[in-house]
Amino acid sequence: MSLRQIAFYGKGGIGKSTTSQNTLAALADLGQRILIVGCDPKADSTRLMLHAKAQDTILSLAAEAGSVEDLELEDVMKIGYKDIRCVESGGPEPGVGCAGRGVITSINFLEENGAYDDIDYVSYDVLGDVVCGGFAMPIRENKAQEIYIVMSGEMMAMYAANNISKGILKYANSGGVRLGGLICNERQTDKELELAENLAKKLGTHLIHFVPRDNIVQHAELRRMTVIEYAPESKQADEYRQLAQKIHNNAGKGIVPTPISMDELEDMLMEHGIMKPVDESQVGLTAADLVV
Amino acid sequence: MPQDANQVKDHFELFRGAEYTDMLARKKAEFENPHPVEEVERVREWAKTEEYKELNFSREALTVNPAKACQPLGAVFAAVGFESTLPFVHGSQGCVAYYRSHFSRHFKEPTSCVSSSMTEDAAVFGGLNNMIDGLANAYSMYKPKMIAVSTTCMAEVIGDDLNAFIKTAKEKDSVPAEFDVPFAHTPAFVGSHITGYDNAMKGILEHFWDGKAKTVEPLKRVPDGKINFLNGFDGYAVGNLREVKRIFDMMKVEYTILGDQSDVWDTPTDGEFRMYDGGTTLEDAANAIHAKATISMQEYCTEKTLPFIAQHGQETVAFNHPIGVEATDSFIMEVARLAGVEIPDELAKERGRLVDAIADSNAHIHGKKFAIYGDPDLAYGLAKFVMELGGEPIAVLSTNGGKGWAKKMQALFDSSPFGAGCKAYPGKDLWHMRSLIFTEKPDFIIGNTYGKYLERDTGVPLIRIGFPIFDRHHKHRYPVWGYQGGLNVLVTILDRIFEHMDATTNIPSKTDYSYDIIR
Repeated sequence: MSLRQIAFYGKGGIGKSTTSQNTLAALADLGQRILIVGCDPKADSTRLMLHAKAQDTILSLAAEAGSVEDLELEDVMKIGYKDIRCVESGGPEPGVGCAGRGVITSINFLEENGAYDDIDYVSYDVLGDVVCGGFAMPIRENKAQEIYIVMSGEMMAMYAANNISKGILKYANSGGVRLGGLICNERQTDKELELAENLAKKLGTHLIHFVPRDNIVQHAELRRMTVIEYAPESKQADEYRQLAQKIHNNAGKGIVPTPISMDELEDMLMEHGIMKPVDESQVGLTAADLVV
Repeated sequence: MPQDANQVKDHFELFRGAEYTDMLARKKAEFENPHPVEEVERVREWAKTEEYKELNFSREALTVNPAKACQPLGAVFAAVGFESTLPFVHGSQGCVAYYRSHFSRHFKEPTSCVSSSMTEDAAVFGGLNNMIDGLANAYSMYKPKMIAVSTTCMAEVIGDDLNAFIKTAKEKDSVPAEFDVPFAHTPAFVGSHITGYDNAMKGILEHFWDGKAKTVEPLKRVPDGKINFLNGFDGYAVGNLREVKRIFDMMKVEYTILGDQSDVWDTPTDGEFRMYDGGTTLEDAANAIHAKATISMQEYCTEKTLPFIAQHGQETVAFNHPIGVEATDSFIMEVARLAGVEIPDELAKERGRLVDAIADSNAHIHGKKFAIYGDPDLAYGLAKFVMELGGEPIAVLSTNGGKGWAKKMQALFDSSPFGAGCKAYPGKDLWHMRSLIFTEKPDFIIGNTYGKYLERDTGVPLIRIGFPIFDRHHKHRYPVWGYQGGLNVLVTILDRIFEHMDATTNIPSKTDYSYDIIR
């Protein structure tokens, strides 16, 4: 099998790292050899695999050693659950430096040092939106073939999903990157499944899986484990296994997304009765004003 | 008045006049709050000690006068070696002005190179529009056959994707779809100019061999008997490439020079301006995939390019800037082996003449101590030659040399009694070199033009070999490779030794008792 590269994007705090690690653990159970590349300065994309808070990141070690050229692959790569290889790019403290350049530096380092040899899957876990060229590194040509966007029924999560689609579209024209699908991480908002399916349709893709909310995820997380490892018999573990199987079968089925405008997104929410149609004359008025 | 319109003094003379010396002395006394002269002298002397050297070598966060340049300079060097190729640097203008002037000051020839002129808005919004407009302008204004794109720090920090940008620019008709635009990411804050050469050369070969960024089918290698030749980043490109071509022709080797800069940096003055001249044809660059083997003259300039070529099924051989008898022997014999040709008698005679010349002058170099700095391959090649001449390369420093290079240098030192006590200094700068010259006390320094200040501070004579050489003219026209090249290097070293000898033995009955006219 040739190397398959995927990436998880999504709004901050939506559960990307949790979802991706559980899914990848399930893929590892299927016998896939996996490399996880955490592209988030917080370096929390691999903690459930390693049972450790945060590993030494490429950039922190490079800063210590003087330059990234002084690093060896063994220094930065840790082996986690089911031999999953884990690397964290790391990055600067909040408020300084350039995290995007860090992602570029890290991915170049991994490629040049043979981190991608003898594996089936590379998964990039990327923070938040595609905010700059650096965070688009995983979707450049010859990197991730499919992007999976983790979202929920919340307005801002859908807004972010749409924005990420815009980023993918930019690179899809000239390169090979495609949108693999949406993964809805249930937040128990109104009509969540319906909305997620509708957004997927508007983006030209499909909702690849609806991951129900289950407290067991929290229990596993507190123990720095995936549900797959913590409670393999649980219903939630089964959900992640289904998701993993779907992603595995989705190879080559990604699409070029058709992002929508903000207005269309708002219209969609109104259609589903989440947002009441707003009388234009009321825009900008406070609640107190409206009572009068 | 300090100046007289009928006899204008240049800057050498002007500031020595009383008007200026008085003014500068007053400025120092009244405004600079200077340390006493004795204190300055004391510190100056202290900086020559072992104690200072140790402090200097424990320096961590500061680099003083690194002997290296940045990646895009090497990318431009590689690009101009191809037929009618315009180097295009995606980034800000000032960087590109530096590459042009740096080469022009060394080769004394104009160096054509354009930038995409990124400014603040491009830093915020990405440089795509600069790429689109830049390629369109460069293509229509300067009519190149190929535009080779590299990047500066700015484009790299914001993460501009050259592959995607060039494709988009072609879709927007900046240049025709089939027009060759190879590219290489060359972040200036990584590696040095030799890394940039490597990346750009690999980018160009990748473009022609592997399907022009997925727009055509990759070439299929059908092996022929040719030999590819990579010079690496070389300040002697003009003389060296002509010499190598002469040798290859003499040996009846069929070859392709990958990146032939010898004509573009040596255009004749005959009334016609040549923006492009000579260079490897694009057809030859593509057909180079079929060659039997590729020779790199500089291992550390081709760390990515050579493995890339080897992956395509060719045998690859790397040298470390071979200078002198033994190094040239290995080079010539390897060429003969790879190409399956005989070494002609004429070449054997050239070898004999170099050996003869070395024997004639041996007494003057034997036992002399040299401090050498330069790019890793050049430093190696020079150290090896110095040892062959009976000299001792006691300190060999390379700012862009790494641990692997230092190991290789040590193996070289260990191979001969002339290497005993010699040491390699990877990743160090010219301020380290300054300390080394004071404490290790070499007889001569070998290095580029910047060694002028080391000579000034230490009084140890500088032999100018390397890149850049700004303050001596036309050295790049003379080869340092081949037996003829070895002769040139020998003469360069000897000339400086004799000049220094004359300068220190020319006071009758004081320093000169022998009244020697023969050396």
